[in-house]
Amino acid sequence: MGGYTLVTRIRHIPSKILLPLLSRISRHGLRPHAGRALFFTPALVLLVLLVIYPVLQTIFLGFYLELPGGQRQFTGLDNYRAVLTDPATINVGNLPWPPPLGTLIHNALWIVIHLPISLFAGLWLALLLQETKGASVVKSCIFLGMVTPMIVGGVILRFLLEAGVGVVPSFFGVIGVRSLAVNWMVHRELLLLGLILGSVWLWTGFSLIVYSAGLTTIPKDYFEAARVDGTPPGRMFFRITFPLLKPLTLVIVVMTILWELKIFDIVVAATNFGGGVGADTLALQVYRFFFYDSNAGKAAVVASLLTLLTLISTSLILRRMAK
Amino acid sequence: MMKWSFRKLRLRTIAVHLIAWSIALAWLVPFLGVFSTAVRPVSEITNGWWNFDRLNPSLNNFIAAFTNPVLPLSRAYANSFLIAIPATLIPIFVATLAGYGFARFRFPMRDYLFLSIVLLMSIPQQMIAIPVFKIMLDLNLYDNLLSIILIHSAWGLPWIILFMRNFTRALPLEVEEAARVDGAGDFKIFSKIVIPMAVPALASAAVLQFMWAWNDYFFALILLPTQANWPVTRVVTSIGSGALTTDWGILSAASILTMLVPLVLYVVTQRYYIRGMIGWTIKG
Repeated sequence: MGGYTLVTRIRHIPSKILLPLLSRISRHGLRPHAGRALFFTPALVLLVLLVIYPVLQTIFLGFYLELPGGQRQFTGLDNYRAVLTDPATINVGNLPWPPPLGTLIHNALWIVIHLPISLFAGLWLALLLQETKGASVVKSCIFLGMVTPMIVGGVILRFLLEAGVGVVPSFFGVIGVRSLAVNWMVHRELLLLGLILGSVWLWTGFSLIVYSAGLTTIPKDYFEAARVDGTPPGRMFFRITFPLLKPLTLVIVVMTILWELKIFDIVVAATNFGGGVGADTLALQVYRFFFYDSNAGKAAVVASLLTLLTLISTSLILRRMAK
Repeated sequence: MMKWSFRKLRLRTIAVHLIAWSIALAWLVPFLGVFSTAVRPVSEITNGWWNFDRLNPSLNNFIAAFTNPVLPLSRAYANSFLIAIPATLIPIFVATLAGYGFARFRFPMRDYLFLSIVLLMSIPQQMIAIPVFKIMLDLNLYDNLLSIILIHSAWGLPWIILFMRNFTRALPLEVEEAARVDGAGDFKIFSKIVIPMAVPALASAAVLQFMWAWNDYFFALILLPTQANWPVTRVVTSIGSGALTTDWGILSAASILTMLVPLVLYVVTQRYYIRGMIGWTIKG
């Protein structure tokens, strides 16, 4: 079911769906397969009550101002304007550096830095491990980050970056890079960068595992044939391996972007909420607006914008998933 | 000439192994650090956990974390299991039914309905946080483990439905058709034929869903304010953290205990875990 067919099908809904439906009902009544609805009922009840209704409610809340006493006042796009001009979301004054640059820019930085590094690190490792003995052990070591609860991942990042316990500041102290031999957790120039780079350690396992599995599906003859023709390895990679892995690359890109857009636990655990403004993310901003400022409207707007971004990303691979 | 290229090949193999294994080791350093900190008294790690001049390993930090007077991890462990087990079984059951339905039954708008459900997979938890918070207050379930079990059950449905639907579609249809000819109804076919064939897929889904529920922090953050109800993920962010200082010994021990359950589960069920995670990824 592709995007194209989706569009063409929607146009045919009246004739293709309604008419047969009506004629079927008039011929048989609803009887013969009515029991089949029971297969869907429990799932739909749970989804409608606890996911779909809340999602719609959140969209709705974004257009209202909640007044004390539980009343609401329709304010149109005011919340959107307030959120998008809030320095907490986009902080033009601090551009280009240091943070806080605003949650939207922080999430964008997360994508721009973390996505390519973790993607190519995983691909490179997958290729390297093809010719390594004990590759499965190496993979398991790297995959540990994926099994680690994100909240613990955040604690460990703090453990690496904080002065005293942290191996990172000590390392830079030993090699004499003074500017990096500091407590990364309290230097806003370093905190966000440290968390982004540190989370490469947590996430690379994903692209490694997916690419490794993908590489095993490429028939060996392709490489044999290319080798017989005297194709250099670099060319083999760009002409055979990478093009064949392209669908997987797309999936990894989308899943990684989704992960980066939703970053919450890592920042909370590493900065313990308070110091978090310098590394604040959209997801954290929702929490802050609602539970700290009691501003449901602005919280709902940030959540809606975040959801919009995730839906756009997902639409790139929706066809593949639902095939 | 021959000999030279052979040596070049050997060198390359050695280099590849050296790089690969050093990377694996580098990847383990943070875990080793946490472990080294957890099994030693604070006084021994003041010069860094990598300093092993004095070494008196003990389980004291683990015991301290487990029996912490304010935030006992033992209690949190119980809570996490009480949440994660039903939050795995309920959605697996519910989603398998629906996944089967989407794979086998034809009805108008089926694919649109299915796509809409799949789309829900990508939504961030924050998108439902505010209304769910209010709903649970209204239902008197706020600060009750039941609230979080329910929300995990609903939240896990989209991906398990997708997973089970794709799995069911790959099953041979002939067996089911034969049973239908023999007069078996939908539910009989589902329970007697499909479920037994789906055991490996159910195991994969269960492993991933359990880990998701165990690892979740956000829903516990908004729905469970009372410390006695906290799962491990919430306790680990507070334990050992004073106003100004951090007791890294207890915090490290608590971190290890928090990730121990998903880790053991992963090691034991590695095959199912990986298959569950990349099942649909790789098919493309």
